[in-house]
Amino acid sequence: MKRSKIHIVVALLFVPIIGVAQNTPPDYFVANCFNCHGTDGRGHSTIPPLAGLTKPYIIEQIAAFKAGTRPATVMHQLSKGYTDDEIARAAAYFAAQKK
Amino acid sequence: MKNETNNRRQFIQALTATASLSALSGTAFAANKKSIGRVVVIGGGFGGATAAKYLRMWSGGRIEVTLIERNKEFISCPASNEVLAGYRNFDTLRHGYDGLKKNWGVKIVHASVTAIDADKRRVKTDHGGEFAFDHVIVAPGIDFLYDQIAGYNEAAREKILHAWKAGPQTLALRKQLEAMPDGGVYALTIPKAPYRCPPGPYERACLIASYLKTNKPKSKVLVLDANDKIQSKQKLFQDVWEADYKDLIEYQPNWNAVSVDAAQNAVTNELGDTVKAAVLNVVPPHRAGDIAQSAGLINVNQRWCAVDWVTLESTAVKNVHVIGDALMPGPTMPKSGHMANQHGKAAAAAIVEMLSGRTPQPTLMANTCYSMVDENRGMHVASVHRYDAEKKAHQPVAGAGGLSVEPNKLEGIFAHAWANTIWKEMLT
Ligand SMILES: Cc1cc2nc3c(=O)[nH]c(=O)nc-3n(C[C@H](O)[C@H](O)[C@H](O)COP(=O)(O)OP(=O)(O)OC[C@H]3O[C@@H](n4cnc5c(N)ncnc54)[C@H](O)[C@@H]3O)c2cc1C
Ligand code: HEC
Repeated sequence: MKRSKIHIVVALLFVPIIGVAQNTPPDYFVANCFNCHGTDGRGHSTIPPLAGLTKPYIIEQIAAFKAGTRPATVMHQLSKGYTDDEIARAAAYFAAQKK
Repeated sequence: MKNETNNRRQFIQALTATASLSALSGTAFAANKKSIGRVVVIGGGFGGATAAKYLRMWSGGRIEVTLIERNKEFISCPASNEVLAGYRNFDTLRHGYDGLKKNWGVKIVHASVTAIDADKRRVKTDHGGEFAFDHVIVAPGIDFLYDQIAGYNEAAREKILHAWKAGPQTLALRKQLEAMPDGGVYALTIPKAPYRCPPGPYERACLIASYLKTNKPKSKVLVLDANDKIQSKQKLFQDVWEADYKDLIEYQPNWNAVSVDAAQNAVTNELGDTVKAAVLNVVPPHRAGDIAQSAGLINVNQRWCAVDWVTLESTAVKNVHVIGDALMPGPTMPKSGHMANQHGKAAAAAIVEMLSGRTPQPTLMANTCYSMVDENRGMHVASVHRYDAEKKAHQPVAGAGGLSVEPNKLEGIFAHAWANTIWKEMLT
């Protein structure tokens, strides 16, 4: 009896940010960006990493890509596929990741 | 039975190994977590490897994942055209499966899946035993329809290569090109769409032309396309061919190869026209990989697998999900590694949701295919795909996506960065 309770407590400690214990599903679509920017935005290439950038910075860059005021090779085209709300959620996700 | 106990023991071992690493990777995998289900993934290419990793990541280690892949290592098709041109070392295409095991606790089995029993929920392999599952993800890529090209028998295949699956054929085709005399003809046949990697053949033509231009300038690249036009980045390829490879690349549309003659190194089309070449590169038409065929998953044009686009579950067999090149793609969705990665994530997300007792929601997908046009310059085509509830399929988002203005060096750098990143993304 006692032991199984401890087990449950231990299990709960290990629930990750994205995980099965939540009742609302996580924003899986954010993983669209991982192909180029690396898993969780922790890339190590000439495509800039996104992990740890601030949320306002990311939102601002995407707005500039969409408006054409920041020149880009591909981001101006991809960013137009996402709503402002989705961009805000993606920005929050990357801002919360360790560099 | 014996196998199952074995599986479980090995799984726990894998988990224990992962637990010690969790502090480093930042992912909390506890050895004593309760499993919420078992998933078997068949095929460790762009789709399957990605699905395996994300099932572990998004379930917080609560889904037991076995990845069954017949090859000991992953060899990338993307960037393999650069090997043909001598611009890249073949070894850079080779990547191991250790990262999936060590970082994510995926159980890796190197064997061929020979059967899927969807009722009993088990897969059988040639020498790795049997595996029980709650869900299975089938990601076998493609196999070739050699019988559609008369004379393309096993003996002919020693000499006439496709190099449309990266591996020994990539190296062998490179050798043929190196041995080709200056003034020789390299001919490439392209099957009717849909085929793996729409821009791939035209990229290959560019890169081989680039190699020949410097090394064997009297030679010729003959592109024999079964389709009525260039299938991807049409204007971009036409412009490069005109500007850089004018007398080198010759393009013939509506050229459907129906037979080969290995002794003559010749290929013949439907109309009876025959072309002889010093190096003959025949890419046969293809369909979903053999296991999809034998498991009864092929239900479109006797070639491809139809799925529910929310769960990527087969419309033919329940609890069986299909991803990657084996799929009948949605509109404007290419058969690409990038897309297969996105399918893998969508299937993983849906299965995590189902095994957590929630209803899976449709998720966005995006694609970008880079092509190199010479050693340094790259260009892309991009698209974003959103689920349309009425059409019950992903549709390209209007106004999003698009093409490069022109090939350039910056995009060449990003093309290489893309490859390095996605290899890590799927395997580590
Ligand atoms: C020349 C060329 C260039 C390309 N360039 C690009 C590019 O730049 N960008 C891009 O996005 N895409 C590119 N592609 C396309 C890309 O390679 C494919 O779309 C991608 O590999 C599809 O992924 P998949 O997981 O469906 O299949 P694959 O990656 O082929 O993986 C399938 C795996 O399943 C295994 N398998 C099959 N059957 C079994 C079985 N019964 N048991 C066990 N294992 C099995 C196979 O060994 C294989 O490893 C290119 C393709 C070619 C040919
Ligand atoms: C096909 C590869 C690719 C994908 C997919 C992709 N990006 Fe990018 N991203 C790039 C490249 C390349 C750049 C550099 C700008 C350019 O040339 O487009 C960039 C730049 C950025 C920047 C600017 C970073 C900085 O340091 O200023 C942000 C922010 C960004 N991307 C966000 C995203 C988000 C969010 C997604 C997912 C919705 C995404 N990207 C998907 C390739 C990609």
